[in-house]
Amino acid sequence: MIKITNLHKSYKMGNSSLHVLKGIDFEVEEGELVAIMGSSGSGKSTLLNILGMLDVLDEGSYLLDDVLIKDLDETKAAKYRNQFLGFVFQSFNLINYKSALENVSLPLYYQGVARKERQEQALEYLTRVGLADWATHLPSELSGGQKQRVAIARAMASKPKVLLADEPTGALDTKTSYEVMDLIQKINEEGNTILVVTHEEDIAKMCKRIVKLKDGVIVEDSKVKQVLAADYV
Amino acid sequence: MFNRDRWQEIFETIRKNKLRTFLSGFTVALGIFIFIILFGFGNGLKNQFQEFFLDDATNVIFLFPGKTSKPYNGFKSNRRIEFKNDDLSDIKEQFPFFLEYITPRISRGAVVKYKNEFDNYTTRAVGPAHQFAEKTILMKGRFINQDDIKNKTKYAVIGRLVAQDLFNQEDPLGKFIDIGNSVFKVVGVFQDDGGDREERYIYIPYTTRQLLERSNDKLDQIILAFKPQIGHSGSVLFERKLREFLKKKKSIDPSDPNGIYIRNVADQLKQNQQFANVLQLIVTFVGLGTLIAGIIGISNIMVFVVKERTKELGIRKALGATPKAVIRMILQESIFITTISGYIGLFIGIFVLKNIGVSLQDYFIKNPYIDTSTALFSTMILILFGGIAGYIPAKRAAQIKPIIALRDE
Repeated sequence: MIKITNLHKSYKMGNSSLHVLKGIDFEVEEGELVAIMGSSGSGKSTLLNILGMLDVLDEGSYLLDDVLIKDLDETKAAKYRNQFLGFVFQSFNLINYKSALENVSLPLYYQGVARKERQEQALEYLTRVGLADWATHLPSELSGGQKQRVAIARAMASKPKVLLADEPTGALDTKTSYEVMDLIQKINEEGNTILVVTHEEDIAKMCKRIVKLKDGVIVEDSKVKQVLAADYV
Repeated sequence: MFNRDRWQEIFETIRKNKLRTFLSGFTVALGIFIFIILFGFGNGLKNQFQEFFLDDATNVIFLFPGKTSKPYNGFKSNRRIEFKNDDLSDIKEQFPFFLEYITPRISRGAVVKYKNEFDNYTTRAVGPAHQFAEKTILMKGRFINQDDIKNKTKYAVIGRLVAQDLFNQEDPLGKFIDIGNSVFKVVGVFQDDGGDREERYIYIPYTTRQLLERSNDKLDQIILAFKPQIGHSGSVLFERKLREFLKKKKSIDPSDPNGIYIRNVADQLKQNQQFANVLQLIVTFVGLGTLIAGIIGISNIMVFVVKERTKELGIRKALGATPKAVIRMILQESIFITTISGYIGLFIGIFVLKNIGVSLQDYFIKNPYIDTSTALFSTMILILFGGIAGYIPAKRAAQIKPIIALRDE
């Protein structure tokens, strides 16, 4: 599903440049649930941003579903993001003046789905994350866990090839974190490919594979026995 | 072009961000409103000015007799000069090229009676052409005509306010009034844009006045008009030749500054016109200034609005909004708001202008107005600049990488 070879990325910081990713080779098969770990500054978020086409790579190649992601202008990137990817952010990034339902239907709006159908689909996804009753509520009226579930529903609404989650539990307490991970595991069981960036061991152990990053290179890549979040909920 | 879904998205955004919508809409409406009001007041000031100074005919020259201050040709100085009837015919004969019309004027105060009503009025004994010199507008009947002059008829044309005072509701036409103990028949009623004073005059034939004053042939002043096509420079030449001619005829020293006075309205007109032009310039400047202030206001609001929405735009882009979609959304929204509120400001402005217009007459603002094309044009300019002001930050926002926009707190 994802194939990265010899990926380099550096940031200009005034006069000096910061080499964040120093040659990453990385592959993800369809249906995998991968945790990308590393301390802050290890480059895990940068990797995720490049995978999410939110940022561009300096060197190397990136294949997503056999499509070479290269020389993207913003218009093309937006289309690919809309077709291939779903995002879940640490800070939820819901649009605060739109209701849960409207937030979930937004990616469908950009796919050109008709309004009625859009709302039906969005409601279906909200039901799947257990928030059908909260459809008309604004993000400010939801708890952190609920917000993240709305964000996951929104990410799934566009039926992406890959779901990218950047510290999805970073702003949540342990119990809520496990609830969110339970949801992510269930979505994975349905056959979706998911990448989770985290620095928490327990969250990482709930994935099927852990990739550890240190100073811009992969230092460990191993399959693990998945801990079911449902056991803790 | 019309996309129901896109509009729905925009209406939703507008509905859910009432304060922001109100702020930007208010700026536009206020900008247009102030522009309309100031421009209208400027026009009102111009109107008032025009009424004050430009109500008489503009091609008129007044001749007044005076006293000589130099001895000349055997005459002593300090001699009183008088105009006579033959001066009229001489001028007519001498200057057919320049002259449009000529009329004398003899002013006398008199007690005027009708039935039990009486009051003091000024009578002006004139010729038929006087009507054009003063731009007298006849409401009823007719003005003094050539037959009246020839037959020395006892006919009078009275001002609107004279008719009001003496006749009340009665129709004055054909009635007889007593002017300084002689009876005159009212043949006309007039009005004049020059104000109340002008409408308290009574016009009678100048020959009748001369007959009443022991059949003399003296004239107070002579009013004449030059042909408009000779222009201002032609009138100056005419004035000079007229002075030379009259001084020679009346035996006045050519270097004597007194004796005959000539007032050329065209000179005055030129000054007044210059003043009016300055007024126009000020009005235009004020209008332009307000318009620019309005444009700056909108630009500020638009920059602020886009800045405030940076994160939202980042989210939308992460979810698949193309830069074009982002720009189109912001532009459509801003143009929609500026158009609606622009026209609201326009209509309120025109409405206010119409309603307070009359009460401002005491402050030298008469009939303030703004012509529709100026109003519409300025509104359109404001909408256009509102669009441009929205486009620039929107374009920049659309090009920011979503990752940077998302980081924006």
